[in-house]
Amino acid sequence: MKLLATIKKDLRILLRDRIGLALMFGMPILLVLIVTSIQNNAFQPFSKNKLLLFVNNKDTGRFSQELIRAIDQIGLFRLEYIGANNSREDILRQMRKKDGLLTVVIPADFSRQVAAAAKEKAGKALHSFGLEGDSGKPVTNEGHAPELLYNPGIESSLKLSIAGALNGAIQMVESRQIIRTIYFSINEKPLPDSLASQMLSSRMNLQEVPVTRGGPVIPLNATQHNVPAWTIFAMFFVVMSLGSGVVREKLNGSFIRLKTLPTNYMIALLSKQITYLGVTFLQAFILFAMGVWLFPYIGLPALSLPRDGAGLVLVTLLCGWCAVSYAILVGTVARTQEQANGFGAVSVVILSIIGGLMIPSFIMPGTFQTAMQLSPLHWALQSYYGLFLEGGKLKDILINVLPLFVITVVIQLTIVAILKRKNLI
Amino acid sequence: MGQPAVSITNLGFSYPSQPALFAGLGLEIADGIRFGLFGPNGAGKTSLMHLMTGILSYERGSIELFGHRVKRKNKSLNSLFGLVPQDYSFYEELTPVENLEFFGAWSGLSSRETRRRAKELLEVMNLWEVRNKAVGQFSGGMKRKVNLAIGVIHQPRILFLDEPTVGVDVNTRHDLIRYLIELNSKGTTLVYTSHQLDEAEELCQRIALMDKGKIIACDDTGVLLAKYGQQDLEALFLNLTGTGFPHPTK
Repeated sequence: MKLLATIKKDLRILLRDRIGLALMFGMPILLVLIVTSIQNNAFQPFSKNKLLLFVNNKDTGRFSQELIRAIDQIGLFRLEYIGANNSREDILRQMRKKDGLLTVVIPADFSRQVAAAAKEKAGKALHSFGLEGDSGKPVTNEGHAPELLYNPGIESSLKLSIAGALNGAIQMVESRQIIRTIYFSINEKPLPDSLASQMLSSRMNLQEVPVTRGGPVIPLNATQHNVPAWTIFAMFFVVMSLGSGVVREKLNGSFIRLKTLPTNYMIALLSKQITYLGVTFLQAFILFAMGVWLFPYIGLPALSLPRDGAGLVLVTLLCGWCAVSYAILVGTVARTQEQANGFGAVSVVILSIIGGLMIPSFIMPGTFQTAMQLSPLHWALQSYYGLFLEGGKLKDILINVLPLFVITVVIQLTIVAILKRKNLI
Repeated sequence: MGQPAVSITNLGFSYPSQPALFAGLGLEIADGIRFGLFGPNGAGKTSLMHLMTGILSYERGSIELFGHRVKRKNKSLNSLFGLVPQDYSFYEELTPVENLEFFGAWSGLSSRETRRRAKELLEVMNLWEVRNKAVGQFSGGMKRKVNLAIGVIHQPRILFLDEPTVGVDVNTRHDLIRYLIELNSKGTTLVYTSHQLDEAEELCQRIALMDKGKIIACDDTGVLLAKYGQQDLEALFLNLTGTGFPHPTK
């Protein structure tokens, strides 16, 4: 009866707190929509979202054309041509004008260099086979190799991938010409194109095997990544309403009266936990529902729900309980609403950064990898990822769920200790 | 003589890092009377009330309510008394009915009994018409009435009132005083503090004058005035303490 009356009271106050409701429901909905939409392009495979690459071909020979074809066949780039007569300044102006990040400049004597290098290498090969071949002086391509002009703001790992792909294309052109030269030397007739393609393309490809927790492979996309992550953030952001609510109750006159009534203050805290656990569950439901039903209508990938529904509910409840416990702890320690709001918001942002919600945890330095273990948001995220991305079931993610449970219990015990020290329970 | 409502013996209390506020204080308040505690700011009236209601813990001596020792964690004792604090002690976001429902439940009443009492009290306090309006939108006088209604919802045997009429107009003050006298006539002991000495003369049968943590005089109101040959409590207080008395509404 007392608990029910307290839950009713807390619900009524909550429903009349429009700013609190906007923070708890409106803000995460907007965040998920905006961040997922922005990140959607980054998660698209390159075949759908090609990089703009300017090509400035100063060479008039056949090998530069072969190189351009080879670059095009990589599939990473959308090619735009800059006339051969354009100066370096013109190229840079063009890059700035169109927000271009990359330009490949093929030098004027590229074809001649490729032919010379192929002849030299083929000659050496024939010579080593004991056949007649020209092992003449080595050809250096210093100053004659294609150049890659890039924006320094480009991410280094992306630049490495691009450079690797372009080097591969150059190598392909060179190799093709070496094979042609050797073939012609031996057979005294040109190498058929079909044979050349067969020789160059039939190589062994790396087998890619996704590691899952037993379930089907769920493709990583912006929705699958962002919806669980921002749901956790939203749950912990109840600190703005609940943390300051606990302080407000402590500071206003009603607390004096509560202390003189024949009811333990733990009832008030239990009621807040139940009420706000409902709030966090509702947040998760709304955000997951948006991912499943709304996202496909606005051109975003649909959220694929885990196959373990019970596991999803349990993890969501545990995340919510941890978030609510944290908010009550902040409210119990803070002396003013400003303290609760300021510390609560900043600490949740810090915990989410450390926890890998905003920056992938694998790129964090060693110290932060250790600190990450203390963030409940990290364990919450890992638990969700186990379900959402790796197709796992609850038993597969126990290793992530248990630390989250332990952190929650520690927070609860801390609250009880503080309340006892303050003689409130 | 029956058991006193309040019995304070050799009370010792001090706030952290401050000299003792009460040292050996003794006081007895008979069951069923209207008792007033008066004194200047800092005399210790509110602190004594908080000690009597268990909000503060005393260091020495004892305080008993109807023979039960007041301890901070003795929650079972709390249903015996009601408290009307000086500050508004309710949730401004809720209506008076919702506030009464909540505090009634916390006072140990059933939901049926709470509803009955809430209706009764809101009618007596002339708040029934505005029962569905958030208390935050009320005038100061209406808020004082809600504050009082919450304190008496569980029909306590003793009611502690800490300046219950601060900041209200004359009509509301008379309404509140009339209600308190009626409540007392049904057996509720009233322990009251105020700066309004004219109000005290009207309400209190017995008074204690406090200064710097000590009770400098305690007797029936008429007896005290006669004993010191004073016309009213204000003159009596000035005579005993040599200090002025604040007059918030005069």
